[in-house]
Amino acid sequence: MDDNVAVIGVGLGKVGEHWEKSLRDLAIESIWMAFEDSGIDKVDALYVGNMSSGPFVEQEHIGALIADFAGLGPIPAVKVEAACGSGGAAFIEGYMGVKSGMYDYVLVTGVEKMTDVLPSKTTSILANASDRDYEAFHGVSFVALNALVMRRYMHEFKVKREDLSIFPVISHKNAPFSKHAMYRKEISLEAVMNSPIIADPLSLMDCAPICDGAASVILCSEKKAREFTDTPIIVSGVGLATDTLGVHDRKHMTTLSAAVEASKKAYKMAGVTPKDINIAEIHDAFSIMSALSIEDMGFAKKGQGTKMALEGQHYIGGDLPINLYGGLKARGHPVGATGVYQIGELVYSLRGDGRVDAERGLAENIGGSGATVSVCVLERGD
Amino acid sequence: MKPNKSVGIIGYGAYVPKYRIQNTEIARVWGNDPNLVPIREKSVPGADEDSVTIAIEIARNALLRAGIDPKDLRAVWVGTESKPYAVKPTSTIVAEAIAATPFVNAADWEFACKAGSETIQACIAYVGSGMAKYALGIGVDTAQGAPSDALEYTAAAGGAGYIIGSAKESLAVIEGSLSYVTDTPDFWRRQHEHYPKHGNRFTGEPSYFKHVVSSSKALMEELGTKPDDYNYVIFHQPNRKFPLEAAKMLGFLKEKVIDGLVSPYIGNTYAGSALLGLAAVLDKAKAGDKIFCTSYGSGAGSDSFSLEVTDKLADRKVKAPSVKSYIERREEIDYARYARYRKKIRM
Amino acid sequence: MDVPRHWREQVRRYRLVGSKCKDCEKLSFPYRTVCPKCRSRNYEDYQLIGRGKIISFTNINSPPKEHKYNLPFAVALIELMEGPVITAQITDARAEELEIGMEVEMVTRKIMEYNDDGIICYGYKFRPIVEYAHP
Repeated sequence: MDDNVAVIGVGLGKVGEHWEKSLRDLAIESIWMAFEDSGIDKVDALYVGNMSSGPFVEQEHIGALIADFAGLGPIPAVKVEAACGSGGAAFIEGYMGVKSGMYDYVLVTGVEKMTDVLPSKTTSILANASDRDYEAFHGVSFVALNALVMRRYMHEFKVKREDLSIFPVISHKNAPFSKHAMYRKEISLEAVMNSPIIADPLSLMDCAPICDGAASVILCSEKKAREFTDTPIIVSGVGLATDTLGVHDRKHMTTLSAAVEASKKAYKMAGVTPKDINIAEIHDAFSIMSALSIEDMGFAKKGQGTKMALEGQHYIGGDLPINLYGGLKARGHPVGATGVYQIGELVYSLRGDGRVDAERGLAENIGGSGATVSVCVLERGD
Repeated sequence: MKPNKSVGIIGYGAYVPKYRIQNTEIARVWGNDPNLVPIREKSVPGADEDSVTIAIEIARNALLRAGIDPKDLRAVWVGTESKPYAVKPTSTIVAEAIAATPFVNAADWEFACKAGSETIQACIAYVGSGMAKYALGIGVDTAQGAPSDALEYTAAAGGAGYIIGSAKESLAVIEGSLSYVTDTPDFWRRQHEHYPKHGNRFTGEPSYFKHVVSSSKALMEELGTKPDDYNYVIFHQPNRKFPLEAAKMLGFLKEKVIDGLVSPYIGNTYAGSALLGLAAVLDKAKAGDKIFCTSYGSGAGSDSFSLEVTDKLADRKVKAPSVKSYIERREEIDYARYARYRKKIRM
Repeated sequence: MDVPRHWREQVRRYRLVGSKCKDCEKLSFPYRTVCPKCRSRNYEDYQLIGRGKIISFTNINSPPKEHKYNLPFAVALIELMEGPVITAQITDARAEELEIGMEVEMVTRKIMEYNDDGIICYGYKFRPIVEYAHP
């Protein structure tokens, strides 16, 4: 298909602890929100981004499950898994489904139901994204892996902990506006600094919360999109790359090479450079990941990832506003759903939500400690 | 008493965990008189240590000193009463960890505190018969005394191991070894019980002293030696008092006991006890020194050994950490942490 | 209790055995069968010495339950003297004693155990180097 691929529908379920809703309830709610948003109610294929439905709720085969209960059968429906990067990876699969001409309309749903198990089990399940035999086996949690990277980063670039603590503040700044966010409140730098240390030097407020959530987006060709809207949001570039699964095998412990690779691909496809990006949804699962992402996607030099943040350039009105709906930190991080939330939020911003006038933005979704990174560039099609 | 082929120790290794609890701390918890405690402090294994991990470090130290290929070991025998598994050998894990598998005899030996010295005597026979080129015997324990019991003050963790080979390769030649055993129930632990029971003063005269003295005398008689021939003597050391008393009964001068008397600093390491004392002596001994060593295991019996140091010891002893370096590596813990590490708090 | 899963790794874990590319000599830990440098599949086991230095570390306070017996403990990225970097626990040292650049040596310790009736998994950890003080 020669035409561009566009997003015509978005459904972002409320993120939080949904004691009364199951994985399927959450997924179906977001799917029908996206249908209402788009004006259609049928698609040709479903890609589900999900990390760990098996360990979390003892349910696999969730492509068929969700298609069935959303009333979409018998369409093809499969799960796409790349740990916390599952949502972004599923979105790129959906993109390819349309771009290849195989499907006219594709639904991408990201869903994770994390709160049915006790926190210690959640820690163990999340650690499955690392090398189980050579990282997690040693009791290294996901938080700990990020703490290892953070200490190394602080050591190599002489960066102070408080310089990194600005990232949660930035994400929370935008949260009150975000109807679907888990924590709709601002937080202070002192609050982050004074929050309990959970894996030195990482503190509690450096980390995105465990929660439930589901997000859906609908993709089709730009030509078809124009039948529904005058301002379709075009997917102008996508890139996905991998790195060593274990942090210990990285050539540079403090570089997300998958972010370097994925962003290069996405920029090239979109025909843009980092300077052309107006807004960004950054994978701020941990403060350190924000700094590395800013650097490795070309917005700052190595070791300078906190500079723009400290200058206030990531707030609305700055050079590169980020995480306009709260990021992972305030919106919440229902792991496999996160990548789809980011796309939906980027679409909201580009459509115009009264806060920024952005022409182009990107969403960066990280799987594991950086072994999978997807970068998607979206732009206003008016 | 001695094998057809002359054998000796070609390498030895010791290990003592880092953690210590003071006897006064134990007395404080149970309201006992801090002036009447048997020793100063005892070693406590860390939460991630057990007889397997201790035996592995001992075996590695012994290999460092012996300088042999672990594949040449025909036996890896571990004497212990604190097996991590009731059923499943400790020795196979040790043998695998030091790359001695698979053509090796591996077994766990049990005879209270003399399980370790028994493995050494068996190694002597195994190598002395020509069936094995080298054999490794280890005595190790992470001993537990019941909370508030007299044994709690001394039951400690640690051990030592010896690689036996031909006399010409030895750092100490073994001149002979002998055992003395009777059925004497002075100390025991029934199946599924956490802690042992003991006969209090019955553990002394009819048990420890009778077996240690009889065994020692018999070996010296067989060899035609006397206490004055030896530079060092080591006895099983459940406390500080017993070995000194045994030495006196046999006619060994007190100063010959002191270098091998480690129990005042680390406690009674049970199957590791006499062997650890021997390692401490080897750390100090010189070529030509003669060493006498007698273990004691409740139940009851003693194994005695007579050794003469060769000129190979000087070069080999520096190849692994000495007993002293492990004793000096210490971190004091309180009773609460000790109770947690030793799983005395049952949840 | 996942016995086969632990059993097949145990020799590498007990002894710190990695692999070496027979074509370009690149060392890997954990073992690999395809060289990340030259893509050769001509690989052999390689026994590492077990010494290195800490390049980063952190403390664990809320691990999965199989590790709770050992709390609190530190984990570190350790650059082995042969080159590979490894993730492992630091034992016999309090977190306050650690620093980047500190030299450590490998020991085999209990990593985790499945309750009181399951298997015990042993493997490598690292500790500050024990001095060979001699009397």
